[in-house]
Amino acid sequence: MELSTTEKRLVNRWQKGFPLEPRPFASLADEMGMSEDDILAMLESLKARGLITRLGAVVRPNTVAASSLVAMQVPDHRLEEVAGIVSACPEVNHNYEREDKLNLWFVVAASSAGELDRVLARIEAMTGLDTCKLPLKKAYHIDLGFSI
Amino acid sequence: MKPCDFQLFNEYSGRLVDDRDVALLAAIEDGLPFSRRPYAEIGERLQMTEGQVINRLEWMTACGVIRRFGLVLQHRPLGYRANAMVVWDVPDDNVDEAARHIVDHDFVTLCYCRKRSAPQWPFNLYCMIHGRERAEVEEQIKDLKTSASLISYPSRTLFSRRRFKQTGAKFSSAQMPAGSAI
Repeated sequence: MELSTTEKRLVNRWQKGFPLEPRPFASLADEMGMSEDDILAMLESLKARGLITRLGAVVRPNTVAASSLVAMQVPDHRLEEVAGIVSACPEVNHNYEREDKLNLWFVVAASSAGELDRVLARIEAMTGLDTCKLPLKKAYHIDLGFSI
Repeated sequence: MKPCDFQLFNEYSGRLVDDRDVALLAAIEDGLPFSRRPYAEIGERLQMTEGQVINRLEWMTACGVIRRFGLVLQHRPLGYRANAMVVWDVPDDNVDEAARHIVDHDFVTLCYCRKRSAPQWPFNLYCMIHGRERAEVEEQIKDLKTSASLISYPSRTLFSRRRFKQTGAKFSSAQMPAGSAI
C-alpha cells in the first residue's frame, strides 16, 4: 500500500520523540505546516488502512512485565489450529510462522516469571506440544522505528 | 541508571514503576486517542490530571522503561515483507564482540542475546532484518555470516512466513500484584 509524501514525512518523523505536552498534535501540525485537524484525520486514515498499529509507548522488555520469546515445533497440519490457540492468549503479543523445524515463534508478556510459566503450561496443555522458552539476556540494538 | 544501559532492568533491585504507571501503560496499550487533548482524555479514565499523565510518561521515557514513544508501524503492509531472524551459537565470552559487529550494519533492526535451550536450540545471539525483497535480505545475511567476526560460529536463518498476531504488550493482562518487585 502506498503512502502519500506527507504521510511518509509524518510516519518517518514521529516514530519516536512524540511530544509529551497538552496539545501534541498541534505541535506536529506546526512543525509540518498543516492544521491539527488534518494531522488527526491523517492518523485516523493510516490506522484504518492498517499501516500503523497505534501511537504510543514501546516498553522495554522485563521492566514492567516478565517476557520471553517462545518457539514451538508444530506439525504442519496443525499449525493454524495451534497458532490460533497461542494468539488467543492475551499475554501473547507477536506470533509468527518461521521457516524452521521450530516453526511457530511468539512473545509472551505476563505479570511475573511465575505467571509467564503458567501461560506456557496452559499452551502446552491445550496443544499437547512442548514450548521452548528463550528469554532475553541482553539487548544490543533496539527497535527505533523504520524509515519508509 | 543510564537510559541506554544494555543491562536488563530486572537485574536491579527495586521497582521503577508503580501500580499507577502500569495502569497508565494499560490505558494506552491500544494507543493514544486521536483527539486534541489525548493526555487529558487518558487522565480522565484514570482519575489523573493531564499534567500527571505527561509527567509519568516523561519519567518512564527518561528512565528507559519506555524505549520509544510514537507511531508503531505495521511493516508488512508498508512493503517490508522479507523479515529474517538470524541466530548464531557464540561462546558466551565472545557474544559482546560478535554483537558489536552485527549492530554496525544499518540493515539490522534488532540484536539480542538470549538464553540457549540446548540441545534443541543451541543458539544464543539473534538479529532481525526487515527488508523489502528477499533476495536483498539474503545477500545481507550472507555478508554477515561470512564476515570474519562470525564465520566460525554455527548459524541459522529463519525467514518469517505467516503473521498470526502482532500487537504491543498488553499491560491490562499483566497488571502487577501490589507491592511486588520486578
